[in-house]
Amino acid sequence: MDAISLLTIFILSIFVGIEVVSKVSAVLHTPLMSGANAIHGVVLVGAIVVTGKANNNIELALGLSAIVLAAINMVGGFVVTDRMLEMFKPKPAKKDEA
Amino acid sequence: MTPTWVRLTELAAAVLFILALKGLSSPKTARRGNLLGALGAGIATVVVFFYGQSFYSGPIKHLPAILIALAVGSIIGWIAAKRVQMTQMPQMVALFNGVGGGAAAVVSVIEFLSSTTHESVAPLTATVFTVLVGSVSFSGSILTFMKLQELMTSRPVVLPAGRYITSLAALATVASAVLLVVHSSNTLLYALLGLSLLMGLLLVLPVGGADVPIVISLLNAFTGLSVAASGYVLGNTLLIVAGTLVGASGTLLTRMMAAAMGRPLTNTLFGAFTAKAVTSSGSSEDRPVKSASPDDVAIMLSYARKVIIVPGYGLAVAQAQNTIRELVELLSAKGIAVDYAIHPVAGRMPGHMNVLLAEANVPYDQLKEMDEINPEFPEADVALVVGANDVVNPAARNDKSAPIYGMPILNVDQAQQVIFLKRSMRPGFAGIENELLFDQKTSLLFGDAKESLTKVVNAVKGL
Repeated sequence: MDAISLLTIFILSIFVGIEVVSKVSAVLHTPLMSGANAIHGVVLVGAIVVTGKANNNIELALGLSAIVLAAINMVGGFVVTDRMLEMFKPKPAKKDEA
Repeated sequence: MTPTWVRLTELAAAVLFILALKGLSSPKTARRGNLLGALGAGIATVVVFFYGQSFYSGPIKHLPAILIALAVGSIIGWIAAKRVQMTQMPQMVALFNGVGGGAAAVVSVIEFLSSTTHESVAPLTATVFTVLVGSVSFSGSILTFMKLQELMTSRPVVLPAGRYITSLAALATVASAVLLVVHSSNTLLYALLGLSLLMGLLLVLPVGGADVPIVISLLNAFTGLSVAASGYVLGNTLLIVAGTLVGASGTLLTRMMAAAMGRPLTNTLFGAFTAKAVTSSGSSEDRPVKSASPDDVAIMLSYARKVIIVPGYGLAVAQAQNTIRELVELLSAKGIAVDYAIHPVAGRMPGHMNVLLAEANVPYDQLKEMDEINPEFPEADVALVVGANDVVNPAARNDKSAPIYGMPILNVDQAQQVIFLKRSMRPGFAGIENELLFDQKTSLLFGDAKESLTKVVNAVKGL
């Protein structure tokens, strides 16, 4: 893809990124940070791409380590965020009981 | 060429990420939002194996090794995320963020090493940017993790002439980055890598105390941007979109957090260089404090009409959330109005305390935010501060030399009586003396928060 198209995607993503979180409540700062943290774990895709065309052992070793690191970021990030948010959920039910 | 269906699936993943962030901004949709994000990431990971000739000159190589590495990383991440205690959440997020930044840096290093021609400036600049920012995020996050895990001091560390060392290192980093774009060489790349890792450390070292969470958020945004740049290097639009979304939303989130602390971001990062040595009028040991027994505390609480509870990190470390809920239920049964006052940075991250109390099934409507509860303190007969210190320290209002000066605090000092449950006279996370401890209307009950609260609960039952 040409540079201008990529730049367009980049600039538009900035505005979307700012817009979607602009109304977040303070209560959710931590889960939001954690969830966003998990999303940048998709660098895993990049790690798999470069490893899949590694030409020598150094590139392969570096690539595999990048895959491990990125997978920790992605899987760990989503799981830990879900654990946090799980605790926000049962609240309304609890109130009804009381 | 990459097949069209692969590119369309990537578009779907990008949309899922946007919906994920949108969902995460509201309590009702937050959990679903996170799951949508996970779905998007999962789809993207599966689809990458179907990329066509644009990435691989032949079939994908090293497939078994890649799958093993993927499994190893996933299992480590899964177990770490399942095992971590809620109190240790901030350092876990820091660590996950750090490894992500590291991965982005490594991806760009490989891409640099493997391409034989570096004629084009734009991809080269993106590579240099990823290596630089990814490495800063990596080493900075690891150091943040160590501070929060208390593997090292959580106080700001200011090296002698630190300001000059940091400036010099920054100059050297930028210089090697520019040189690398102009004249690409492997040696320069390693130099940039080393300098960037050093910059990450120098950036985080002088940050201390309650400011650490803001730095985690900032480094999170950094990692996002480096992922976006690595997407540019690889010509992968999904990485550009995902990385930029996180970079932009993370920057905004960082500014919101800094605003909640009542100070600009530059003050958070570089405040330690300008702050004077901590002043305290008289040393703590020789000044009298009023200590109370669990029975005294029980009586004060039971004969109050209105009680405000200020929970802090100390409550969480002692795992006393359930005990405090029991105490509140007992007091409510006596017809006493009880509320929790939640400071925006109670715990160690914005919103952390809400998560911790939610874990103990504390009803949501009893948690009051700072702006809502502050006008109520003068009407409160008793303010019970459990394991909190900095967020109620009047020095933030009065003492211009205090590192927390300007941070909005809970107006506990306006309550009729104040009770502190504390482990010791040790100052809080920010390392400053709290004048309120020596006030006439303040009583202290020393000990582990859970043990103290259990004694108080029993004493209230016995009344």
